[in-house]
Amino acid sequence: MTIPTFVGIVLITFLLIHLSPGSPASGTAGGFGDGGISSVDHDRLRTHFELDAPLLSRFGRWLTRVIRFDFGRSFADGRPVSQRILERLYPTLLVTLVTIMIGLCIVIPIASYAALHAGKHFDRIILGACVGFYAIPPYIVGMVLILILGVRFEWLPFSGLTSEGYSEMRLWQKFVDIIQHSVLIGCCFLYPLVAYLVPFVRATMLSVLNEDFVRAAFARGLTKRQVVFRHVLPNTLGPLLTVMGLIVPAVLGGSVVLEVMFAWPGMGRLLYESIHDRDYPVIMGMTVLSAVIVLGVTLVVDLLHAWSDPRVRYA
Amino acid sequence: MTTLNPSSPMVWSDGSTDRSHRSWLVRSAIAIAIFLVLIAAFAPLLAWHQPIVCRYQGALYFPAVSDTANRIPIVGGWIQKAKPFRFPSFDARTELDAFAVWPPVPFGPMELIADANLSASTTHWLGTDDRGRDILSRMIHGAAISVQVGVYAMLLAGFVGVLVGTIAGFYGGAADWMGCRLIEMMMCFPAFFLILAVMVWIGNGVSGVILVIGLTQWTGIARLVRAEFLSSRELDFVDAARSYGAKGWYIALRHLLPGAIGPTLVAMMFGMADAILLEAGLSWLGLGVGSESPTWGGMLRDAFDQIRTHPGLMIAPCAAIFVCVLCCHILGEQLRRSLDPRQSFGGNRS
Repeated sequence: MTIPTFVGIVLITFLLIHLSPGSPASGTAGGFGDGGISSVDHDRLRTHFELDAPLLSRFGRWLTRVIRFDFGRSFADGRPVSQRILERLYPTLLVTLVTIMIGLCIVIPIASYAALHAGKHFDRIILGACVGFYAIPPYIVGMVLILILGVRFEWLPFSGLTSEGYSEMRLWQKFVDIIQHSVLIGCCFLYPLVAYLVPFVRATMLSVLNEDFVRAAFARGLTKRQVVFRHVLPNTLGPLLTVMGLIVPAVLGGSVVLEVMFAWPGMGRLLYESIHDRDYPVIMGMTVLSAVIVLGVTLVVDLLHAWSDPRVRYA
Repeated sequence: MTTLNPSSPMVWSDGSTDRSHRSWLVRSAIAIAIFLVLIAAFAPLLAWHQPIVCRYQGALYFPAVSDTANRIPIVGGWIQKAKPFRFPSFDARTELDAFAVWPPVPFGPMELIADANLSASTTHWLGTDDRGRDILSRMIHGAAISVQVGVYAMLLAGFVGVLVGTIAGFYGGAADWMGCRLIEMMMCFPAFFLILAVMVWIGNGVSGVILVIGLTQWTGIARLVRAEFLSSRELDFVDAARSYGAKGWYIALRHLLPGAIGPTLVAMMFGMADAILLEAGLSWLGLGVGSESPTWGGMLRDAFDQIRTHPGLMIAPCAAIFVCVLCCHILGEQLRRSLDPRQSFGGNRS
């Protein structure tokens, strides 16, 4: 099922390129921002995306390019696009993966407690807070955090991945420096994740709690703790895993504004910069690559799910 | 022999049986939604650089009213504004001395009207921004853009989603396979990346933003509609309809689609919040509706650029976005509950 989807992704990005103002079909120059597209860019686009070649051969070329991870050279500095994307991949991965890990450590205990005490004060407060927080976009929280912690009290740095003089620091200082820089942006990634996942895990858990096998486990005289840890939690993790796969595109997409706001040298910021520089090869490379990353994550999640839950395997 | 632990209940309710205490929340959400839509529809009557009614060289003119009518989609294009008011160089404030009724906020959203960064006063209720534009006027016209984007983008997404979901769910087989792959590949793209990549080619503008958001946010709706069709396709009432000779499309539209409308509306309500957030994010980056247009996201960006000197600029757009999105979420949640009391919170939101 993955391969047709992959070809489809390549096809969609191919159609996007076809929309480009460099194509022979579009005589007039459309363009982004306030000005039009220059004739130099027009010719460059034509040669770069080989817009003069026949349709089918062009699609074949684009497909092989994506498979070989070769998107040509950047218009801005002439380096290979793949190299530019790769060096921006690790700051994004750093902050998103760490956030997801921390998020899970927060979500599971809170959601379990809320589910086991459904309808009590704690549960109601947590649910209300989740709805409220989920409605605040991360860029607003980011601005408030920057204003209070960064500008007013100057507790935490809020710009970039490292401070000045990073190269002269000792190893542990480098480590502390990066952690300091990632606290604020990490919080902005973290809270929507938690606010989204807590109600989800709680609802899943409640439905598991009402299953017959949980009732049977209680009937066998197991304690509440044994039932929760042995029977309820493992059955909650499957749906959670699936949802984790689904939120990866949302996290990646949200990274654009946050990374620009925090001057974080990640993928989202690269996309923003290349849009400003009209660096079309990088834009197309990023678009197709982000979708392929998401596809890969979905595949891994499916495999993990099948491996951990026999019901999925034999379904 | 062990006895059953009395503290472990046999049925775990989700504790949401008593909802009467929430009714004030829902009521205020409805009120705010109506308020926002009215502001959006009548923005030029509330804040504009030309009067509502005025006498000019002996004749009566209604410049703000005709601008309001101009904003109606499709029909609006045919209405032409009266002559002197049509010209950008015409300054109603200096030319008019006779009778004129001005909107409550007599400043246009893009007018450079006063000194920069004035604080709130009786003339400028929320003050002015870094270029001397009235903030309240920009907020009102920003509401118009947000509501437009939210409503039209979701109508488009709803249409595409219902179409794809219906075809996939009703015909099954190859159509279903194609539909599922299409949904899957659209879901793989981070919405923001795809939207930005398209915006690069088609340029700025409200209609472009609506189009792109609508065409990327339909996947959740399509999945819901497809699931609804699959689950009710084999039920008896469909066989009954078939037995009296109903044709395929008639069954799909008349018997199956109504069952899918409820979940679709709920998804559209939540999707509206996402669309508004996406638009604000795009405008924050300076890549959405256009850098000059008054948008909440753009105003946030202006505030961010001056976060050290004038942090107060943040308050109005932050509050507006938050209230608007929260409103959509509360209404969507209430809609879900009233349509399907069995489903508890956080079921499937895409």
